[in-house]
Amino acid sequence: MNAAPAPALPKSLQDNPALGQWLSLATPGRVAITPGKVELGQGIATALAQIAAEELDLPLSRIDAQPVDTDLSANEGLTAGSQSVEISGASLRLAAAQARAALLDAAAARLGADTASLTCDDGTILREGAATGLDFWALAADLDWQQPVTGQIEPKPVAALRLVGTSAPRADLMPKATQGGFIHDLTLPDMLHARVIRQPVRLARLAEVDQAWLARRHPGLSVIRKGDFLALTGDDEYQLHSAHLEAEFFTRWDDPAQPWHPTATPPETAIMAAEPPVNAANRRLTARYSRQSIAHGSIGPSCALAQWLDGRLTVWTHSQGIFPLRAVIARTLGLAPADVRVIHADGSGCYGHNGADDAALDAAIVAMERPGRPIRLQWSREDELSRGPVGAAMSATIEAALDGDDRVASWRMSVTSAPHAQRPGFGGFANLTSAEALDPSSRPLQVEDLPQAAGGGASRNAVAIYDLPGQDVRVRLDAESPVRTSSLRALGAHLNVYAIESAMDELAALAGADPLRFRLRHLSDPRCRAVLEQAAQMAGWPGPDGEGEGRSMGLGVARYKNKSAWLAAVAQVSVDESIRVERLWLAVDAGRLINPEGARSQIEGGALQSLSWTTKEGIALVDGRIPPLDWDSYPILRFSELPQIETRFIIDPAHPPLGAGEAAQGPVAAAIGNAVARALGARLRDLPLTRERMMQTLLEE
Amino acid sequence: MSGMVSFTVNGTPVTAPTEGDEALLFHLRNRLGLTAARFGCGQEQCGACIVQIDGQPRYACGTSVAALEGCAVTTPEALSGDPVGQALIQAFAAETAGQCGYCLAGILISAHALLSASPQPSQDQIIAALDRHLCRCGANGAILRAIRRAADTLAEATA
Repeated sequence: MNAAPAPALPKSLQDNPALGQWLSLATPGRVAITPGKVELGQGIATALAQIAAEELDLPLSRIDAQPVDTDLSANEGLTAGSQSVEISGASLRLAAAQARAALLDAAAARLGADTASLTCDDGTILREGAATGLDFWALAADLDWQQPVTGQIEPKPVAALRLVGTSAPRADLMPKATQGGFIHDLTLPDMLHARVIRQPVRLARLAEVDQAWLARRHPGLSVIRKGDFLALTGDDEYQLHSAHLEAEFFTRWDDPAQPWHPTATPPETAIMAAEPPVNAANRRLTARYSRQSIAHGSIGPSCALAQWLDGRLTVWTHSQGIFPLRAVIARTLGLAPADVRVIHADGSGCYGHNGADDAALDAAIVAMERPGRPIRLQWSREDELSRGPVGAAMSATIEAALDGDDRVASWRMSVTSAPHAQRPGFGGFANLTSAEALDPSSRPLQVEDLPQAAGGGASRNAVAIYDLPGQDVRVRLDAESPVRTSSLRALGAHLNVYAIESAMDELAALAGADPLRFRLRHLSDPRCRAVLEQAAQMAGWPGPDGEGEGRSMGLGVARYKNKSAWLAAVAQVSVDESIRVERLWLAVDAGRLINPEGARSQIEGGALQSLSWTTKEGIALVDGRIPPLDWDSYPILRFSELPQIETRFIIDPAHPPLGAGEAAQGPVAAAIGNAVARALGARLRDLPLTRERMMQTLLEE
Repeated sequence: MSGMVSFTVNGTPVTAPTEGDEALLFHLRNRLGLTAARFGCGQEQCGACIVQIDGQPRYACGTSVAALEGCAVTTPEALSGDPVGQALIQAFAAETAGQCGYCLAGILISAHALLSASPQPSQDQIIAALDRHLCRCGANGAILRAIRRAADTLAEATA
């Protein structure tokens, strides 16, 4: 008899096959789940707890999502790319289903009963519906927790789900809001506070520290100086905070020993290649769209704790990837990875690779210099905005032409971008600012981008979802700037979708066609058509107001990574003295939803963040470097600038869940840009869409 | 120049040295173990540290402890102890009004001051009360809905 080929296991299960890597029944009455995805404020801990409770027939209240810990948790790499629900959720679902089956088998063995006669309810084992005196926790010792999760135990059918698909509340939220719970709030006995004084520019050399001045002005603080790494420690955090603000009075820095020279970059990559069109069409578009670097802008500046005790270093961090971080910390400090334990603790909202990893290494370096004492290291607001990794500046040039039937006949898109992936360890480099301060030669000598198989970085969503003959897409990395760029929510998708969807509107105008109808004419993906038509219907597209009349609608659509959730957005903007986004309508297909309220919150939060990036944000470099920034010089969206938002999900329960946290970034930017172009009667191709840009464009018209 | 200052925090008397000119935020977090008011910028620009001083929302990062003689400080930890705070906490939980939650402590404090002074605020009043607060996760809409919900709950309770 030939068994049906087993479906491929999710990658996390391939990497972490043992049942005991996913859950534990060690505490009576409780189930500890230990997946490797970290809580970033996106509610993943709640969604994963729902999945485990579902398969084990337990109430949600029995599940404890454990802090992710290199000593205890499944190694699931990074928590990024909207893959936690898809990959970690699918893995945990199979593990929990197998645990339930194994527990029932163990009960059957003890009772001499047929497994089929047993069920479980709230952890107790029932035989033909009657109590047996056994429960999960009494049976836990009978299980082989090293058994591999095979994927052969069928999880519950969709129709039987009772917890998954409900909006279970976030148990962690209000305690954090009214008490503690962030890494910033952790206190360890005999804790020593620390601040790092960052290099004013990458690879700057520390020339002088006026320790006498410091001792007079801030007695009690001490200095750690290693290479170009400079930190202050002290028992009084306010004194330390005050001294840090005065760093310019007691430090002197020299320019880098050598100017930052271009790191090697891969040659231009053809993501999709096509021959140039043979027939010269007469209606052509050539347009270049761009964005500047964008700051992550976490409201809580990065923080980390570390302790070097008895030959082992423990680091508490809000990093998105505690296992890769452990490897880099160990290598940088000359320790064996097994001698470094990294524990995740919740940070302020994180939208990609922010300063969290840098702060963790900072704390680790200080801890090694102050053996035994727990170190709490806190970044400043200025360092968080100006010295952490930032989202990559990009441009995209589109050359397209229409044929005689008003269809796109050719489409060439060239993207030029700073790298989107300079996470710890990526490309074999530390990619941490203090690693470079300790040893300038540790800086990256060449950069790569995320491979296309991982969704790409600069190339993310550079391939248009439309049926475009001769679509040719090329990507070139530009690493000539010393500004450290890395992954910010949606990576290249924000600008690429902005560019593609702007160009589609510009081509529709050349064709004299309505932007919705023009898109549908080029769109065969049924789920993409469905979200687009849904959003247009919700908004009453095209709205009552016409071209150049100060208030208009615009639309944008994409499938995130061309393989995840579909999202269409319609924006209504008014333009007079400034640009105001009044309303947003969003239609989303993210498959089956684990937690509808969580998904809505992620979509609408992403939409508002994209609105902020698109209309307000961009870092203007000064002499090629990021100037000191604060919330006045780098403003973000305020409560008084909120649009009204309406979101609808298109749900077919047969469709598996898809990550949704980044799906709104591109389409919302595009919808706003297209609405502004119609309202103004002139197009702003360079982000952000500020009043200054608007005035400049109108003057040039 | 060295002296002592006396004030209350959540109703409990506190005595602190004026020397060092410590900011209230650091005093609350490091000396009193009250960690809900949070460091966000230290420049009175984000609102994460806002507490009430004599019922008014104030930046704890920019308030010197030395200036608090005789003042009553209320931190987010005290919100669960009165009806307005309870209504806000329940409404924020019901609306999932927040993602990471880092900004919420300050926002709850401002909302508490608003509803205490104006039990039925207009939407514009709510927005005005929150405009000094930054939320990067984009939970702003749910936060506005939660404050409206809390106001409605309190109105029903007193009706």
